[in-house]
Amino acid sequence: MMKTATATLAFALTASTALAATDITWWHGMGGRNGEVINEISQQFNDAQAECKLTPISKGTYEEALSSGIAAFRAGEQPNILQVFDAGAATIIAAKGATVAAEDLILGAGEAFDRDAFIPGVRNFYADSEGKFIGMPFNSSAPIMYYNTAALEEAGVEPPETWEEFEAIAPKLKEAGYIPMTASQLTWMMVENFKSRNNQQFATNNNGYDGVDGTELIVNDDNTVMMFDKLKAWADDGYYGFYGAGWADNLKPFEEGQAAFWIGSSGSFGGLQKSADFDFGAVYMPYWDAIEGAGTQSFIGGAALFALAGKPEAENACTAKFFTFLTSPETQVYYHQNTGYVPITTAAYDLAKSQGYYDEQPVAEVGIQQLMLPGGDWSKGYRLGFYPQIRSVMEREFNRIFSDEVTVKDAFDTIQDEGNALLARFAKTAN
Amino acid sequence: MTDIPLAATRDRRLAGRLAAWWRAEPASPAKRVQFDRPLTPWLFVLPQIAVVVIFFYWPSVQAVTSSFYIEDPFGFGSTFVGTENYRDALASTEYRNTALFTAFFCAVVTALSLGLGLLLAVKADKVIRGAESYRTLLISVYAIAPPVAGLIGMMIFDMHMGPLTQVAAWFGYDLKVGIDYWDTAVALITISVWKQIPYNFIFFLSGLQSVPASVREAALIDAKSEWRRFRDIILPLLAPTAFFLLVINITYTMFDTFPIIDVIVKDKPANNPMTLVYKVYLDGFKGNDIGGSSAQSVILMVVVAALTIVQFRFLERRVHYG
Repeated sequence: MMKTATATLAFALTASTALAATDITWWHGMGGRNGEVINEISQQFNDAQAECKLTPISKGTYEEALSSGIAAFRAGEQPNILQVFDAGAATIIAAKGATVAAEDLILGAGEAFDRDAFIPGVRNFYADSEGKFIGMPFNSSAPIMYYNTAALEEAGVEPPETWEEFEAIAPKLKEAGYIPMTASQLTWMMVENFKSRNNQQFATNNNGYDGVDGTELIVNDDNTVMMFDKLKAWADDGYYGFYGAGWADNLKPFEEGQAAFWIGSSGSFGGLQKSADFDFGAVYMPYWDAIEGAGTQSFIGGAALFALAGKPEAENACTAKFFTFLTSPETQVYYHQNTGYVPITTAAYDLAKSQGYYDEQPVAEVGIQQLMLPGGDWSKGYRLGFYPQIRSVMEREFNRIFSDEVTVKDAFDTIQDEGNALLARFAKTAN
Repeated sequence: MTDIPLAATRDRRLAGRLAAWWRAEPASPAKRVQFDRPLTPWLFVLPQIAVVVIFFYWPSVQAVTSSFYIEDPFGFGSTFVGTENYRDALASTEYRNTALFTAFFCAVVTALSLGLGLLLAVKADKVIRGAESYRTLLISVYAIAPPVAGLIGMMIFDMHMGPLTQVAAWFGYDLKVGIDYWDTAVALITISVWKQIPYNFIFFLSGLQSVPASVREAALIDAKSEWRRFRDIILPLLAPTAFFLLVINITYTMFDTFPIIDVIVKDKPANNPMTLVYKVYLDGFKGNDIGGSSAQSVILMVVVAALTIVQFRFLERRVHYG
């Protein structure tokens, strides 16, 4: 009796898998509205074809998604697709054998792939040093400078293009009763994208792209120290408000209309439309006119999708199909308009433009335009191991700078030393 | 050739002995106390043993093993590095500062929550009218989960609109939880103590209520001073409870304050104080440095084991179980 039942059940199961579509899973680190959009896109993909069925699963934050993916990989239970954020890129790319390069996967499945279809700013960040796409760029953002329109009018100033211009207008904004500027996540804004916008080298070995052995940070150089000396001086003069390492704590004064400028993510646009009840605009993140060759494009922030290794051919074909679906202009525009992340292909950008989206929402165009600015030698990206920990070291030292515990130079010397120690440790894991 | 029959005989002899054991043929009557099948008691303790093995011994062995390797997060390559992970951890100023803070945090939180719990219990013990409602009010905090306690604390200490931040501002103090190291430390201690007082209160109160009335009355004849009666009679009788609570409170501050810290530092510890166990989590789960994180957790395991041994060997001797 029992045996018959089991046999029937087993047969039923085999039969249903044989008939059903190939299942693939996607682990991501997005919540709130962005998480819903991921479900919507997956549904659109499932509706658009019958062979593959994609199930997206939220694993919490970016870091949690990466850790869960790693743990699952070690247990042989990895998902087909894992979303990995910018700072975690080196961790997954250095683990040769953990992923199937997106480009190989797509070409191997017989789909078309063209590197040049992607906008310049996203081409290199998740690629190897030859430019081959390892990760598939997905939600991409750029750090931009939002402004409170009324505050600028009141003070009678224009949004700045360079830090020199900001320095000149800050006193007027302060006089008008505003905190001239706040900024979220200084690691991303004032270190990584200070490097990209001003075309400054961030690490040896070609910003880390050429290998892990002997890669060292370059952060205690005169220019980076100057940027933070300025920030500290502005904070002391009341031109810049520092509210710790939390993203929201630094955004809050802007949302409440107390701060004139806020440096945030282009991906924050959707959220700001809901939380800010005043007119706001955005411009590129400033650069230093005094630094020669500055004004280059910024690094992309956000995350990419990685196809994890060890999956059957049929599932990989479905993953490839989904990646192609994801880069189609229609999907990209849908994603762009619903989240605020930038479109990653030129075709998608053109489509959004032709639909007149940017006439209605000029702010939504700032991020992508900044990513399309001319590139420099050092604006393509960085590839640094244990980078999330290096960011933590920076955050710790920044708090110390602004609470007068250390000088800027000492803080960056510490970051340089501890960061290099972490990079050296990482080099040992990669052997 | 000759091995086979020998082995077979050995096996048969072993099987015979096992069968005899299972049938519980009387070996010596003194050993058959409760169970007539010798395997039965083992069956009863098996779940407990399984829990300890799966959730303690197995992970501990894994932690000890991986602490001697530097490993690629995905598990492709691991290099044996001997004690390098330990040396790295102990040599790092950051790690030593965290250890110092953990010790300080442990001492302050344990002392305050034990002290305040005892004080409230002694006062509540005296209340006759409405005793039930006072007790319920005091105990109810214990029902709050630590992350919720952390969230409530975060609202109270919020740098933009927290009521306590505003109170501090009236006194001219710029309270900056999340930016200033010691401001955050004060917030962490306050929330952790608040969360733990009810637990201590429950135990102290029941301890107080088990002090026999005759003893209290006898003491009343001998000493007029309430403080002396408390010090000489009540406190020694409470000692077993207090000792138990001391052990529990130290473990609480070392491990169970994790969610409170996590909520207060909002995922980005920066320059804020944290405990050793939080650092293990940061390096292991956020930083994916498995070897380094394992070494730290082994250090922590050794410290806690040492601390427990010290408590039982030196403190428990002074405790009188009635």
